[in-house]
Amino acid sequence: MSKEWPLWEVFIRSQHGLAHKHVGSLHAPDAEMAVNNARDVYTRRNEGVSIWVVRAADIVASSPADKGALFEPSNSKVYRHPTFFPMPEEVKNL
Amino acid sequence: MYAQMVETGLKNVRTVDDMSEEERAFQERIDAGIKIEAKDWMPEAYRKTLVRQISQHAHSEIVGQLPEGNWVTRAPTLKRKSILLAKIQDEAGHGLYLYSAAETLGVSRDELLAALHSGKAKYSSIFNYPTLSWADMGAIGWLVDGSAIINQIPLCRCSYGPYSRAMIRVCKEESFHARQGYDIMMALARGTPEQKAMAQDALNRWWWPSLMMFGPSDADSVNSAQSSKWRIKLFSNDELRQRMVDQTVPQAEFLGLTIPDPDLKWNAERGSYDFGEIDWSEFHNVLKGNGPCNRERLRTRVKAWDDGEWFRDALVAHAEKKQAKKAAA
Repeated sequence: MSKEWPLWEVFIRSQHGLAHKHVGSLHAPDAEMAVNNARDVYTRRNEGVSIWVVRAADIVASSPADKGALFEPSNSKVYRHPTFFPMPEEVKNL
Repeated sequence: MYAQMVETGLKNVRTVDDMSEEERAFQERIDAGIKIEAKDWMPEAYRKTLVRQISQHAHSEIVGQLPEGNWVTRAPTLKRKSILLAKIQDEAGHGLYLYSAAETLGVSRDELLAALHSGKAKYSSIFNYPTLSWADMGAIGWLVDGSAIINQIPLCRCSYGPYSRAMIRVCKEESFHARQGYDIMMALARGTPEQKAMAQDALNRWWWPSLMMFGPSDADSVNSAQSSKWRIKLFSNDELRQRMVDQTVPQAEFLGLTIPDPDLKWNAERGSYDFGEIDWSEFHNVLKGNGPCNRERLRTRVKAWDDGEWFRDALVAHAEKKQAKKAAA
């Protein structure tokens, strides 16, 4: 069997100026082909105006086991949300 | 369905007593509707079953291009040809989304393709039937893609994140397939008597194989019971098949075509159509490799892969050369 093509993660920015969003992955021999393939696989219906491709091997991800350590500290900090502070009804524009 | 009779490798449905602590926590997450992601802990049987199910589904999308490829050069108009090409390109895309989902479970796409090409992996029985006339393009879109949608919509809510996300993408595109098929059937049904006869003939040939797509009754199947528990199967084969019959009969009536089943009749009490016995010996025979086109489909698929090898290799060689130049500079 020939050498397998590396895996790339694909990110697309949709029409309305939003950030690039992960849409899926694909195989391609190099970055240029990865962009070409991403065009065919992920934008057949005007899904985007810009494509990013990143080698899957280059992505560093948090591990599910670290979920507690990473995300629990923010659970107790409800005061970071504006709804934590009830405002009197007669006070406007806040 | 696109994945038929998927084995879990288990003899009994896992009970709480069989489960390790990890497995119990896993099952609780599923019961709570929390998605399982690639890096989460999962039982080996869940992983293996998903690889089987998702790769079978992917293979079906890829092999499913072949019966339609037969009509690209013979489509009646340029518009129909463009539409058919777009549909076939979608099928390739659906295959790729699904292979990617399977790869998150620790198998490579080339391994999965090798299993397809060696005849070890299965794909849906439906693609082993021939496409004899242009009307078959209509019947496939209407009945086969119609059945696929019925199967795939619930899978958008399945427990495995990457599979569910692939299904959401697929479902968004799939209704184009069903509608273009029905549109072909409408054009034929409103055409000359010969054209209408073509449409009827296609319905006659595709009706029963389409019902078989859902697989035999799995009311007593351990595999299905376990898969439901894991939420990678959300409805029984019989429920999905009934849904297909109930939604398709009025569509056939609108076309003025007759469903080829003398036992088909509305059951007011059930609020559903009763329908005749399915010839399961035909289904099992097709699965065994003896359908009208099994050998031809696999041969075409393997030839396409082998003929493309020099090109895939050339792209790798080119990429490596560029990389080496860049490193040297």
